Amino acid sequence: MSSSLLSANPAVNSGRSSTRRRNKKKIQSRAIAENLSSNDQLQNSPIEWKSDAQQQIYSSKLLQALRQVQNGDGSPAPKRVHEAADRALATTAKGRTRWSRAILTNRLKLKFMKKNNIVKRQRKLITAISAGNTRSQRKSKVRILRLKSKSLPAFQRKVRVLSRLVPGCRKQSMPVVLEEATDYIAALEMQVRAMSALAELLSVSGASSSH
Amino acid sequence: MSGRRSRQSSNTPRITDDQIIDLVSKLHQFLPEIRNTRRSNKASANKVLQETCNYIRNLHKEVDDLSERLSQLLSSIDADSPEAAIIRSLI
Repeated sequence: MSSSLLSANPAVNSGRSSTRRRNKKKIQSRAIAENLSSNDQLQNSPIEWKSDAQQQIYSSKLLQALRQVQNGDGSPAPKRVHEAADRALATTAKGRTRWSRAILTNRLKLKFMKKNNIVKRQRKLITAISAGNTRSQRKSKVRILRLKSKSLPAFQRKVRVLSRLVPGCRKQSMPVVLEEATDYIAALEMQVRAMSALAELLSVSGASSSH
Repeated sequence: MSGRRSRQSSNTPRITDDQIIDLVSKLHQFLPEIRNTRRSNKASANKVLQETCNYIRNLHKEVDDLSERLSQLLSSIDADSPEAAIIRSLI
């Protein structure tokens, strides 16, 4: 509605260019949120995982989660730490990928939730925590040989195995699994970087205060 | 309420080979650099998938080891000690 207004009166808005820019951004983000159901959102999010900003966001979330894990009982089990790390990772993903949503809704699955409710909850997650910007797609420079047919049994089998490794992708189609795997690998790499940095920090501070 | 309804790909357009090739090549770029430098412009799709699965398993194991290490470190740190305060201030 407001978009047609903006395009119709460009001359009138000369004095209100800042609000026009703000409105444009609002329309863009709304359009982006609406486009979430399509698969175009995974364009550049794998690359964002390499940025320092993402790692810092994740590290702070991880620290918060770990503090909660610790305050519960005396010594946190490694499994709890791993789960907390995965949850922090999924939260940092802002719900744009299936694997992150699957991790976040997984804990609730154990509490008598029916399948319908899980789908509804996932949809709520999508609309609630979605925010983001799209960039142009990067051209791929790698040539893939010997893909005679995508229905080759060996290829299919490997895609099945991959779909079991990436959370939330067991029953997804092949292109979805491949896309999710790309983002998941980038996210896991960031998780390893952040956790090892945190471990270094803790071990150094622990050693320095031992006298 | 029929619980049998699952989203089959029958109503979506057929997935082309080019699409798959595109996705696999994109995946290939995210595999570790050590393997990427040699003959990085040609790859067999099967091999890429195999390496992806191995790589994800490796990453899972690394996160497992790291969380083991973190849990040990956390249990040796007192909750109210000055180190925890330092760490909190560093966020």
